Amino acid sequence: MNPAIGYTAIVAVALASALIGFYGLRVSRTTSDFYVASRRVRPWWNASAIGGEYLSAASFLGIAGLILLTGSAALWFPIGYTAGYLMLLLFVAAPLRRSGAYTIPDFTEARLESRWARRVTSLLVIVIGWFYIVPQLQGAALTVRITTGLPSWVGSLAVAVIVAVVVAAGGMRSITFVQAFQFWLKLTALAVPVVVLLLAIGGGDPPAQLTRADAFPAAAGPGSLDVYRTVSLMVALLLGTLGLPHVLVRFYTNPDGVAARRTTVIVLVLLSVFYLFPTAFGFLGRAFAPDIAQPGQADALVLVLPDRLIPGPVGQLLTALVIAGAFAAFLSTSSGLVVSLAGVISQDLLGGSVRGFRIAAVASSFVPLVVALATESTGLAGSVGLVFAFTASTLCPMLILGIWWRGLTARGAIAGMTTGAVLSGAAILGGASISALVPEVRPFLEQPAAWTVPLAVLVTVLVSRGDRRGLPRGTDAFLTRLHVPEPERR
Amino acid sequence: MPESTLLAAAAGAAAGALAVAVMLVLRRLVVASKELGTDAEQATYQTLHLASRAAKHLRGGIGEVDATRAGRHLRALLGCESLALVDPAGGVTVEGDEAVRAVAGRLAAEADASGRPQVQRRIRIGVGDTARETDAVAAPIRTDGRPAGAIVAFAAPVRAGLVRATGEVAEWVAAQVELGELDASRAALAEAEVRALRAQISPHFIYNSLNAIASFINTDPAEARELVLEFADFTRYSFRRHGDFTTVAEELRSIDSYLRLERARFGDRLTVTLQIAPEVLSTVVPFLSIQPLVENAVRHGLESKEGGGRITITAGDSGAFAELSVEDDGVGIDPTVLEAALAGGAPGEHVGLRNVDARLRQVYGDEHGLVVETNIGAGTLVRMRVPKSQPGRMAASAESPRPADGRLER
Repeated sequence: MNPAIGYTAIVAVALASALIGFYGLRVSRTTSDFYVASRRVRPWWNASAIGGEYLSAASFLGIAGLILLTGSAALWFPIGYTAGYLMLLLFVAAPLRRSGAYTIPDFTEARLESRWARRVTSLLVIVIGWFYIVPQLQGAALTVRITTGLPSWVGSLAVAVIVAVVVAAGGMRSITFVQAFQFWLKLTALAVPVVVLLLAIGGGDPPAQLTRADAFPAAAGPGSLDVYRTVSLMVALLLGTLGLPHVLVRFYTNPDGVAARRTTVIVLVLLSVFYLFPTAFGFLGRAFAPDIAQPGQADALVLVLPDRLIPGPVGQLLTALVIAGAFAAFLSTSSGLVVSLAGVISQDLLGGSVRGFRIAAVASSFVPLVVALATESTGLAGSVGLVFAFTASTLCPMLILGIWWRGLTARGAIAGMTTGAVLSGAAILGGASISALVPEVRPFLEQPAAWTVPLAVLVTVLVSRGDRRGLPRGTDAFLTRLHVPEPERR
Repeated sequence: MPESTLLAAAAGAAAGALAVAVMLVLRRLVVASKELGTDAEQATYQTLHLASRAAKHLRGGIGEVDATRAGRHLRALLGCESLALVDPAGGVTVEGDEAVRAVAGRLAAEADASGRPQVQRRIRIGVGDTARETDAVAAPIRTDGRPAGAIVAFAAPVRAGLVRATGEVAEWVAAQVELGELDASRAALAEAEVRALRAQISPHFIYNSLNAIASFINTDPAEARELVLEFADFTRYSFRRHGDFTTVAEELRSIDSYLRLERARFGDRLTVTLQIAPEVLSTVVPFLSIQPLVENAVRHGLESKEGGGRITITAGDSGAFAELSVEDDGVGIDPTVLEAALAGGAPGEHVGLRNVDARLRQVYGDEHGLVVETNIGAGTLVRMRVPKSQPGRMAASAESPRPADGRLER
């Protein structure tokens, strides 16, 4: 592959993101546009921004790679990633917007009236954010290695530095437009190559490397699904989306609960459209590039396939587009996460000053960098799936019960979040060593959500029940505020 | 194996944290045991501790939830078997044996009537097999001479010490309830202060606007009509009664109306630039907190400057905060004069700035006051920083739509 294409695409996307971030707001308006300026963000814009922030390396590279590796089981990932928004729509979006809280820790404190519950939530949000950034940096490492031939660490370092500098310098002030731009860039960067590739192979040239039966064996089909793993994965993905710090922050941009719901519906549509394309890439890969179906390699499928199928300038152009899209994915997800993490860290630890925000922004990009450099990626979709499992077992029970159950107390929430964190954390970090000793528990440790989430909910409910005196005083007023629709705005 | 390295690192960190925690707990135990002192001192500490824990639940009066929480500590304080707190309306909260609930109300009423602690011996409580006899002492809680409830302690038998202690505790509870009332009235005062500070529409502005409109009536009736409607919009927003908070978007809309009226007077001499990040439009801010800054820029910055000038309004997103600023390139303000005005000196010019500054400090704390950069001839920049997250406050919604005159969809 020609390294010049890689360099050009990466530099162009990095520059474009930084420029829109810094100058997007500088487009001054004269008074005649006053009304336009004071117009709130339309659900369409906000939905694109949420999509831009949400579609990470796991969606852009990971899904196609996983389909190439494991076949139809991997299809559950795009389904889960999208359907998570259905849960968000049904249970969380509108009440959370009405709460007036900006972050999950803010919500916890307002709902449970407890500083300790807030601290535990903040800690979890920070841990989740850090571990969500790690796969982004690993994806960048992979992309840089495959497309430019530079060592892997260059990619991780570059993304971490760009994100830290842009966020710390205040370049994310009009983040909605940056993220919306990134979504459409990502969609184009996958959709155009897929269409061109399909047109090319429709002509029969080049021929598939495997026959239909070899490329899509019945063993990798839906008939051979492991029920436990599938259910557990779906629990993790459906409920994990509810607790993602960077997604919930975006809902604050909506003026009211109704707009929050409308935005969520549009996000569902946008994501459904987007996930058609990585899936198509995965299927093409099974037939045309079976040789890269190895762990650690497969995630590069999206990057190498266009050049393979259409050699020459057209293929190189498509490759450049895909690289640009991939970098947009790493940058947008990481910067969205860093902005929300820096907000939480600076507010809870550094007093909420501007300087504190900068320090926090740098810290929240470099801690994941260290982890990313110290570990090897075994599959982007899988590692993001584990972060979802952790989120589902910790923040999700607190959020859902906090919104829908008046009996929740601070002690119950803390106990539930701790239980979820310890159990799922142990399963994720120690799973490999434990299942080496006791092989029977391997599936339960690899996909822990199906048992950790119910346990966390159970502990939350039981401790809250036993702590009736601990009911926050403002529960009724707060829940009323969450659930009563706002009066119609003009 | 990087996986195992990570695992080892995580395990190491966890073990380290655990070790530190154990050390801290041990150290605390050692220090605590050294300082405990004699039995009498310990008893004093214990009593004070229980009293301080109960105190925070009594500040809100003897409501049901608070009484439940305070009752636990009060029972431990008195060392009685069961304890009932009776509020002035007759509601009973029992800590201990639920069977005493039936008689607590009667005992409290008797104590209230006499105004002194009352002892009753051999009261039958419970029904059937579990029925038994016990003694009780009831003491009235009086604040400002008014009955605020009663406290009833049950023990078998009631000794003189308990009677005395119950009377003392009742007086102490009364003092706490009074303190709570003081807190409440202080909060109400602060709220009233914020209301009183709510910016007033300036008489100058009304006079100037009406003059400007009058000058258009003959020459350009259509423009005059527009301006009258604008004036109506602006005054309706400014005079509205309900809600102390609004959103940045609503505030900007009122600034738009205000500036249209001012431009009727200034003509081309007034240019306005806006840089608004849409993320902050939903942020809740105190009602009329940005418009006075713009008015200050027009009246004190640009009105006396030849050739008019430019006003720049920005609203930016900064993590968990929204940053709002109003800048003009007018004549500027003498910093010493401004300092005196903000410190609350003679009410004169810049009363608008002082008003906004005072309200921001009142609502968000001293670190969120206005930041003003200015000097004579150097223009003025006024900034404020408002937290986005304000779960306790709700922006009053926009009022009912305007009458259908075709101006709704601009």
